[in-house]
Amino acid sequence: MVSPSTEIAYNSKIEGDVVVSRLDAVINWIRTNSMWPMPMGLACCAIELMAVAAARFDIARFGAEVMRFSPRQADCMIVAGTVTYKMAPQVRRIYDQMPAPKWVIAMGACASTGGMYRSYAVLQGVDRIVPVDVYISGCPPRPEALLDALILLQAKVRREPAARRLFRA
Amino acid sequence: MTATADVATFLTERFPLVAGRPSLDYPAFNAPAAQVLEVLRGLRDEAGYDLLADVTAIDWSAAKSPRFTVVWHLFSTVGHQYVRLAADCADDAHPSMPSATGLWPGANWHEREAYDMFGLTFAGHPDLRRILMWDGYPYFPLRKDFPLAGLDTALPDLAVADETGVSVKPAPYMGGPFVAAPGSTIEAGEPRAKDQSWSEGQEKPKET
Ligand code: SF4
Repeated sequence: MVSPSTEIAYNSKIEGDVVVSRLDAVINWIRTNSMWPMPMGLACCAIELMAVAAARFDIARFGAEVMRFSPRQADCMIVAGTVTYKMAPQVRRIYDQMPAPKWVIAMGACASTGGMYRSYAVLQGVDRIVPVDVYISGCPPRPEALLDALILLQAKVRREPAARRLFRA
Repeated sequence: MTATADVATFLTERFPLVAGRPSLDYPAFNAPAAQVLEVLRGLRDEAGYDLLADVTAIDWSAAKSPRFTVVWHLFSTVGHQYVRLAADCADDAHPSMPSATGLWPGANWHEREAYDMFGLTFAGHPDLRRILMWDGYPYFPLRKDFPLAGLDTALPDLAVADETGVSVKPAPYMGGPFVAAPGSTIEAGEPRAKDQSWSEGQEKPKET
């Protein structure tokens, strides 16, 4: 709690209740450990995404278990599956509706590059419509690969100058 | 209902214009487009083929006439047998066929798919819209003259297209399509055994 004391100097009464840190570190610590995913499950990769959320792989260990089906509450869109041209505008709209800061994981060959669907109907990589932070290879990727991607993304977020962005915005 | 085994005799007696069609599996018949609804009704009500399993179409390529053939697969839940009925569309430029939605409501989506993929119109269909591609898509992708990679066109949502600057582009082929050719050794049939080193950056060498 904030103490009413205006004293700047050492105060033995509140010792132990105060942690000194950088604002960047605090903000990034909060962001990395409660990264709420927007599960954009569009094809078979979504099955692996479900496995990641279940008990065996348990994405909750990394603070990302709160799958939000409303983009307004989500931080990280996990595009899991084949993005067709018909679906692409909706993916982009959902991305636009997510509040910043927001990140995107392209899970699997389809989301990253169109995968094996070299055809008239499939968007050749979701990075054509939204900025992607982490790509995961595999068809489908193992759940561990998604956890690895999440850890990579957390490492990236930890390096961000969050405080400067906060005050500039 | 008669037994389904003698569907050939049933059809030739009842509909003299119906002819046999070469088939490797089920009994198959050709019918004239004008009579096709009667034949389907006869098969459903008199021969026991009560389930419409599929409606699809064939494009025999622009060089052929008649170009489009519509194919119905019926199944008899009593006799546990399939029968296939085919009818050629008379007009190659604006192919059309009577709709079977009056006989089987389930024909609705099958016919929408055939319309979406081949550009066939079904006369009497209550709601003939695209079902797989988006409304306003300008091509019919399963026609023989449509490339698998696709053709340039706009995204379905123009606001998003404006913002992202993305449009529907032909998919990069990078030497594909990567399908193994049947009937030879694995080494010779594998796509990598062929000269498919060409890509978008490096044109496919002209055959001499
Ligand atoms: S990458 Fe493979 S598993 Fe994932 S959506 Fe595409 S086809 Fe399915």
